[in-house]
Amino acid sequence: MAGRTRALLTAVAAFVLLVAVWELVKLVVPDEGVLLGDTRVLPRTDDAAMPHVWTVLARLAEPEVAGAAAGRTVGAAVASGALFTLGLAMGGLLLGGVLGVLLALAMQRSGLLERAALPYVVASQTVPLIAIAPLVAGWGGRIAILGWSWQPWASVMVISSYLAFFPIAVGMLRGLTSPARADVELFTALAAGWWTTLLRLRLPASVPHLVPAVRLAAAAAVVGAIVAEISTGTRGGIGRLIIEYAQSATGDPSRMYTAILGAAVLGLVAAGAVGLLDVVLRRYRGSVS
Amino acid sequence: MTEAGAVELTGVHKRFGDVHALDGIDLEVGGGEFVSLIGPSGCGKSTLLRIVADLEQPTDGEVLVGGKPPRRARLDQDYGIAFQQAGLLEWRTVAENVELPLHVHGIGRAERRARATELLELVGLAEFAGSRPSELSGGMQQRVAIARALAPSPKLLLMDEPFGALDEMTRERMQAELLRIARETGAGVLFVTHSIPEAVVLSDRVVVMSPRPGRITEIVDGCRLGRGMAAGGAGGAGGVGKDSAGEAAELGPADVEDVRESGTFFAAITAVREALRKGHE
Repeated sequence: MAGRTRALLTAVAAFVLLVAVWELVKLVVPDEGVLLGDTRVLPRTDDAAMPHVWTVLARLAEPEVAGAAAGRTVGAAVASGALFTLGLAMGGLLLGGVLGVLLALAMQRSGLLERAALPYVVASQTVPLIAIAPLVAGWGGRIAILGWSWQPWASVMVISSYLAFFPIAVGMLRGLTSPARADVELFTALAAGWWTTLLRLRLPASVPHLVPAVRLAAAAAVVGAIVAEISTGTRGGIGRLIIEYAQSATGDPSRMYTAILGAAVLGLVAAGAVGLLDVVLRRYRGSVS
Repeated sequence: MTEAGAVELTGVHKRFGDVHALDGIDLEVGGGEFVSLIGPSGCGKSTLLRIVADLEQPTDGEVLVGGKPPRRARLDQDYGIAFQQAGLLEWRTVAENVELPLHVHGIGRAERRARATELLELVGLAEFAGSRPSELSGGMQQRVAIARALAPSPKLLLMDEPFGALDEMTRERMQAELLRIARETGAGVLFVTHSIPEAVVLSDRVVVMSPRPGRITEIVDGCRLGRGMAAGGAGGAGGVGKDSAGEAAELGPADVEDVRESGTFFAAITAVREALRKGHE
């Protein structure tokens, strides 16, 4: 418990430090940045490029549409967008997790499949997301399942799962194959079948590999969801807000930073949710050696 | 002997590609008998044990375990096995590790618990039932592994250098422990070891093997104490040190200590050593 408190304190201290560095740079570096000849080696620090931290925070409380006193605040808009995207990212994580685990099980079961599929699993991650997003959105438009027609958010979830499945498939495969040969032979000697060996040996042994993999996957799912929202033009999420706010960045720079702040908090929440998984599976958390 | 031998090997050969690991092994282990396999590294003694355990298939020859083919014996859980590494599962408590063979075979929780308690009592670790394996010393972990091997009440124990990773003192204590357990359970034991004194002090018979291709050079009578019960005199004919086997009383470490200091013990060690040297020529 003490370790957990300390970890939290460290995280808070790191945030304070980040804010301090930001403000210090604004204070020390001249507004025009630092130029060596024609090359700018340090960025501009005027209020348009680097607004004060308190300006950004204050902007959260202001109405989204200037002058419309009754409208929702920027903070509320960012929060609702982040929540929407979090839902899609978690859906993508779940979808990617199930696919990744199934793929890892199949690869563990069949060496041939592992040799055949693993290179493509790796290659899948080198294809830029930007290239895939419109493809998925395009296919999605032609799909209707049992009267339910494909929605744009479903495309976002699928694209998000495309990023999330990779660490889970690789981590799970590593975990499933982690038991020592002697342990596997013991189960053979006990006349345990594949399923029993999976349940009593391979799955418990894979937990220390799976938990960090899921943490990576959660972060990847968030990135995937945001990029997918932007490249498919899906409304309602934080990705769309970032684009909208960035377009008004010249007039209102701090607004864009509120959206970026929202995206960062979103990633932290997603990673924190995985921390719960770690607590639940504590019993199986051995050393990875 | 009324029942079929625990293990019957007839003309067993094993090849790994070009390597001739085992060559014409004929061996019989009687019910309740303690037989050690000893020989230089790579003589195929572990392979022979693994063939009996159905973890390896013989290239040629016939293998019967309790009168059945090894595969049948494995599926019926007729033998228990222990390796050099205890191989306990870290996410299970000590008791749950002992229960593992029963758990795998879908035996109910209450029955499993009762059996684990009984076995931990037998190996003297009752108070560690709820501990994690990593909290135990190497010797204690190996005792848990032996308790696990005994869980399905097998008539045969297969042990592949189970004390190989332990220090000498622990090792001697474990040997006395194993003799007591073997007597109390009446199980036959096939025991692979590198150590001549270990083989002699534990066994009814010591099977000496030659380097590749593995053959049986000689079978030497060991000094096993406390054979007691079932065997009578029908097992290995006239083993040295059998005079003390009649005592039905407690078999303590002190008795095993006496054996280690007896003339018959040194005579048997010399016999095994000479047989090993002969195999090398």
